[in-house]
Amino acid sequence: MDPLIILQAGVASGTVLLFATIGELLTERSGVLNLGVEGMMLIGAMTGFSVTVATGNPWLGLLLAMLVAGLLSQVHALITITLQADQVVSGLALTFLGTGISLVLGEGLSKAGTVALLPSFSIPLLSQIPILGPIFFTKQSILVYIGYLLVPATWYFINRTRPGLHLRAVGEYPAAADALGINVHGMRYLYVFVGGVLAGLAGATISLAVAPGWFSELTTAGQGWIAVGLVIFAQWDPVRAAVGSYAFGALRRLILDIQGPTLLFGFANPFYYNPYWGFFLQMLPYAFTVIVLVIGSREAIRKRLGAPAALGTPYIRGERGL
Amino acid sequence: MKPSQKEWLSRLVDALLPVFATLAALFVGAIMLLFLKVNPIQAYAALWEGAFGSSNALAETLVKATPLLLVALGICISFRGDVINIGGEGQMVIGAILATWLGLTFTDWPGWAMIPVAMLAGLIGGAIWGGIPGLLKAYFNVNEILSTVMMNAIAVQLMNFLLRGPMIDPSQAQLASKIPQTARLVEAFRLARWVPTRLHLGALIAVVLAVLVYILLWRTTLGYRIRAVGQNPHASRYAGINVKRYIVLALLLSGAFAGLAGAIQVFGVNYRMITDGSASGFTGSAGFNGIVAALFGQLHPIWSIPASVLFGALLVGANSMQRAMQVPSALITAMNGLVVVFVVSSEIWRRRRQRRRLAAAPETESSPGSGSASPESAEEAA
Repeated sequence: MDPLIILQAGVASGTVLLFATIGELLTERSGVLNLGVEGMMLIGAMTGFSVTVATGNPWLGLLLAMLVAGLLSQVHALITITLQADQVVSGLALTFLGTGISLVLGEGLSKAGTVALLPSFSIPLLSQIPILGPIFFTKQSILVYIGYLLVPATWYFINRTRPGLHLRAVGEYPAAADALGINVHGMRYLYVFVGGVLAGLAGATISLAVAPGWFSELTTAGQGWIAVGLVIFAQWDPVRAAVGSYAFGALRRLILDIQGPTLLFGFANPFYYNPYWGFFLQMLPYAFTVIVLVIGSREAIRKRLGAPAALGTPYIRGERGL
Repeated sequence: MKPSQKEWLSRLVDALLPVFATLAALFVGAIMLLFLKVNPIQAYAALWEGAFGSSNALAETLVKATPLLLVALGICISFRGDVINIGGEGQMVIGAILATWLGLTFTDWPGWAMIPVAMLAGLIGGAIWGGIPGLLKAYFNVNEILSTVMMNAIAVQLMNFLLRGPMIDPSQAQLASKIPQTARLVEAFRLARWVPTRLHLGALIAVVLAVLVYILLWRTTLGYRIRAVGQNPHASRYAGINVKRYIVLALLLSGAFAGLAGAIQVFGVNYRMITDGSASGFTGSAGFNGIVAALFGQLHPIWSIPASVLFGALLVGANSMQRAMQVPSALITAMNGLVVVFVVSSEIWRRRRQRRRLAAAPETESSPGSGSASPESAEEAA
């Protein structure tokens, strides 16, 4: 129950949510809601692990995980952008599809044993900083460090670059973007793909770094859905997304660790002596997501912030609407 | 105006779209089977044999179809009200817990009293679990898709706790294995069966309810208002409908049907609750597959009946396919996704033809904003 260790592991486990949340955030910024994150994460986790088992090369596994999840996301892109169908239903179908395919192809993979994992290392100098050093920069997977870089990069991209401006235009006012000569459909395909790639990366982060292995649906255990919720909490802002992701990672880790010791703050640990109470602990991430959604939604109303205006609506050139 | 031959043809195509979607899904499924080095024709033959090959197989198909239909009926109500309920799994679990607790507590009641009360308990349990996301959506603007998914996870952990702790079978509590299950219901409480099969009264209840839901949605003010709120919440508000109340009601009713499905699963099929740690261990994923069945039945309660039988058949057939050909039965989860993919993508052709029909029809017949994907609905979903 060393708080530093819990936070250190929490950052690692939060990286999974971070990738998935940033991916979904970019997809939604372009005006497409993709509820299939859970399915894409599962297929990423399965692909990453099985390729690594087959080839012994985790980098190849990581690459293919991102590619396969990206390809799966294009099913959603085709249905919702070109065929202009309902984004909610299509996203659900994508979850079924991704889950089903990963379970079929991942059959027997849980007995594959251990594989070569992605490297972990400490950053020289930075790991010497008191408190922050051990939490953020000591013996973390390389993917965790990539996560640190992704947050400011995404923020800068969305708010300070021309392609980022185009992304926001496509999500807020596609007709105007179209009039400016931006390829609305092309952009949306691209950002659905980016979302898929990042969801695949999130899945592979589980199976190749944070909790190595393949445990069928329990590999992701609903984290794809939590990521969709975190996007709302984050108000479509990557920095808030990072805060939420790491907080949830730490919570998940705390729940695991709190059941271990016999003493808690000098008192008999009720979760140690009543092991079934652990089920209530396991409800917490999901109950917390609901609370976070309440907070996020209220704040959105108060500050008049909100989702990208065109989120959820197909863009049909020449039709009245947004 | 007499419909031309061409128009009849296009209407026929509309009606057959789900069939094409199924065939397309089976085709993609065949490719996946080839990928697994399994002969698809043999596999599908095993699937058909397992689902319809004998009267017992057919009965099993209907047993599987029953919870699907009940969940689908709830989905018809909520989706028509533009409220997306993905919480069927959790609602089934809570409904079942409440009904099972009654059945195990008041063992001296006569069956004719317990069964209706237990069914009512199932309805109430599901309604509570669906009503909470409904209240959160109506009064706190919380996205119901996410809150219902989270409620599923919470319900599962509650079930895991109860079945290992307070509700565990007293005989299991003494054993070292401690299988997380409740005691069996006494014989008087079990729903009547069509022996020697497992087909039970619940199937009939579900079909009767399908007719009642049809009447509710299209012949009552309540149903009209739920649909009105679903089509256009702003117009409904101007028309004096309390939109928030109908959002809550849509989710509450939807949850109630799933809760009933859970109660019937205990009183008609298993006679006890048992958990493997996941929701699907108890529900058989009926809470999700019911959504697929409802969408396949075009959110119409009567069409949901054949749709549920189809998906029930796929589920039963998948099990025998797994036994005969060693194909993981999760293939059906992927196929369900594919069916929805094809059904939802074929919508564009239907809409296009509808637009053409409206353009050809006299002015008075056209009604704007009849599509389900109105900007308002998307705004709410976000």
